[in-house]
Amino acid sequence: MSETTVPLASRLRSLTLRVEPRLKDPPRWYPLAVTVGAIVFALFLGGILIALSGGDPLRSYIHIARASLGSLGVFSDTLVKATPLIMAGLACSVAFRMKLWNIGAEGQFIMGAFGASAVVLTPIIPAETPSWIFIPAMILAGILGGALWGFIPGFLKARLNVNEIISSLMLNYIAVAWINFWIFAVWTEGGFQMSPAFPKNAWLPRLTDLAAEIPILSGLTTHLGLILGILAAIVAWFILYRSRWGYEIRLIGDNPQAARYAGLNITRNTVLVMMLSGALAGLGGMSEVTGVVHRLQTSPLAAGYGFTGIIVAWLAKLNPYLVVPVSIFFGALILAGREIQPSGIPKMIQGIILVSLIASDFLIRYRVHIVRRGQEA
Amino acid sequence: MRTKILWQTVAVLLIATMVLSACGPEKVGNFEIPAVVKGKFNVAMVLIGPHDDGGWSQAHYEGLEYVAQNVEETHVAYIENVPEGADSEQIFRALSRKGFDLILGTSYGYMDPMETVANEFPDIMYIHLTGIKSNGKNFGNLMGAMENMKYLAGMIAGARAKLDGNPKLGYMATFPIPEEIRLGNAIALGMRKTCPECTMDVRWINTWHDPIIEKDAAASLFDAGAQVVFTGADTPAVADVAQEKGKWGVTYDWYGSCRVERCLTAPYWNWGPVYAKIAEAVKAGTYTPGWDYFDADTGALGLYGFMEGQELTTGMKDLPPEVIQEVRDLMAKTLKGEWTRFDVFSGPINDNQGNVVVPEGEKLAQVDLDAFPEFGLGCTYCMKWWAEGITAELPE
Repeated sequence: MSETTVPLASRLRSLTLRVEPRLKDPPRWYPLAVTVGAIVFALFLGGILIALSGGDPLRSYIHIARASLGSLGVFSDTLVKATPLIMAGLACSVAFRMKLWNIGAEGQFIMGAFGASAVVLTPIIPAETPSWIFIPAMILAGILGGALWGFIPGFLKARLNVNEIISSLMLNYIAVAWINFWIFAVWTEGGFQMSPAFPKNAWLPRLTDLAAEIPILSGLTTHLGLILGILAAIVAWFILYRSRWGYEIRLIGDNPQAARYAGLNITRNTVLVMMLSGALAGLGGMSEVTGVVHRLQTSPLAAGYGFTGIIVAWLAKLNPYLVVPVSIFFGALILAGREIQPSGIPKMIQGIILVSLIASDFLIRYRVHIVRRGQEA
Repeated sequence: MRTKILWQTVAVLLIATMVLSACGPEKVGNFEIPAVVKGKFNVAMVLIGPHDDGGWSQAHYEGLEYVAQNVEETHVAYIENVPEGADSEQIFRALSRKGFDLILGTSYGYMDPMETVANEFPDIMYIHLTGIKSNGKNFGNLMGAMENMKYLAGMIAGARAKLDGNPKLGYMATFPIPEEIRLGNAIALGMRKTCPECTMDVRWINTWHDPIIEKDAAASLFDAGAQVVFTGADTPAVADVAQEKGKWGVTYDWYGSCRVERCLTAPYWNWGPVYAKIAEAVKAGTYTPGWDYFDADTGALGLYGFMEGQELTTGMKDLPPEVIQEVRDLMAKTLKGEWTRFDVFSGPINDNQGNVVVPEGEKLAQVDLDAFPEFGLGCTYCMKWWAEGITAELPE
């Protein structure tokens, strides 16, 4: 019996997948290719979803591109949406690099916004103070608020070995309740659950503020927070990849046993990295409240930036520089997705991208062979 | 061979670009992307909930469809699920950049964002519901005298609770703003008319649209002993809970919201005629934005069970005929414009602290209906009191 007479089905059945861990590092291009492949795959799945619900996938995607990048105005809106994601993404990246699973960027973001708002609303400094004093004070307060909220789960983890996933997640809800208390009871405006608007000198400068001199900037709401975000990315990169502390963080993340034998202080680093992570998220909250919302209010601040930051960090492979373009990608997706009516599907696509990416990690750590049964040995 | 493929690709891309850059509304299968149609009058609407929420947003969406059908050469579009605050500002600006002629924002919290964007685009008309601001140029306010319908619904609910032998009502209010207090007071005044011994409890839910919170609040009011519960929020959740509990719910906003047997009635909006009138005027360049507050004689207000072609609901059928007749008489008067919002709030009115709010022979003015004293709008009586019979205190 010659081989060609064997039916196709049984030939396929005789094939089997063999999975083995990679012993060598894959080539440099490989992780990038897998990531891009995962996004394409996710968009393809999303396309099927769009088609199933009666839409036209290709035109939907083209629309997303046009509605978020198609003109100066919408690109500015995309950058505004990307700004909080950059900071939240950086916050998650530094913590995840040490394998500290900080799920609390959302709460740290909110506490950063609270810290910045307290400067204006308490008021810690009077309303007529010039911007150049206001803004640094609010940046400081935002960073402190976030760092404090990161310190709590960091300390609990370091001293009492409390699972940081649970404690940081729960602290998110406490942060929401905390700002709710302040805007319900103390800083309410006219019975609404929001504080009065900040005075103009407590707003981060925006492009549109220059519209009187440069008319083309009119209506462009991109604000100083974007610059802060990019600076934060540079600082985070230098900390992680060019400093002794960053080396410790990466070593602890990759091999905590070895790090311990090498005499690294894991307890101290756990607390410090959680604080750094919280500080970055807090900076994001400060930037959003003073750059966009201009008042303390729950729904626009607790809008899930801290959670999307987890996706951003993962998609950027925890590389601070990559966090910036990935945030812009997500900003575009959020912004343009909102225009597609009825709403809903665009949010699902974000979820699919995350799942695909996490699943694709498997291909980086393992090799998959197709082998014919009987040839395995 | 290579070149051929290259040229084919270029050609396909070119055609795609041309198709995509063509003007016109983008229909992506069942999905719609708001865009203007050149040469038409373009109207966009921003909604806080889904366009088919079975309540507030759906009523507006149907009003928008009415505009599309009844105002000539009009193109309409909508964006749903837009949160109040900063996010909505981006949406209003995006719609303005696209070049819509009239933009309707249908939630209180869109007020400040709409004002900001209106100042950037002086050629576009912005109409906001249900706030308290206008710039007198291209940003106006719109609301109607729902208090008349709530009063009549209060009469029905009072009679129902009395008949059931449990003289307690409940009101799930959204935010402590003049609008919600005004409507709650209208319910209580109507309730006392048919059931002087009735009382009404209040729960603040701090949301306009959240089916879960709405359900929980309704259940909490029923569990606390209420026989009939009113909602001030967007969805018909209150009637679904009433159905489970064997009590009565009064839904709001949309005529189709009163579907279950235990739905007693629904005060509702019929935005179509009002929107069409505004759209015509804006199109003709004759609309002056300001504080546009309409009464029931516009045909924009209704009470389910009492309008043309509607039958009494199950919960109304065994009520005393004189109550039903009284409601019918008042309804006839309000539709003719003879019984307005100022008649609902005419003295004597007492608050629930034992004080006289409005003395005999006095009436509240428009600014009283819409303002707290601290707004600085110069109201005499204002809307910061609970009417007699309400067993709750105003939040600090």
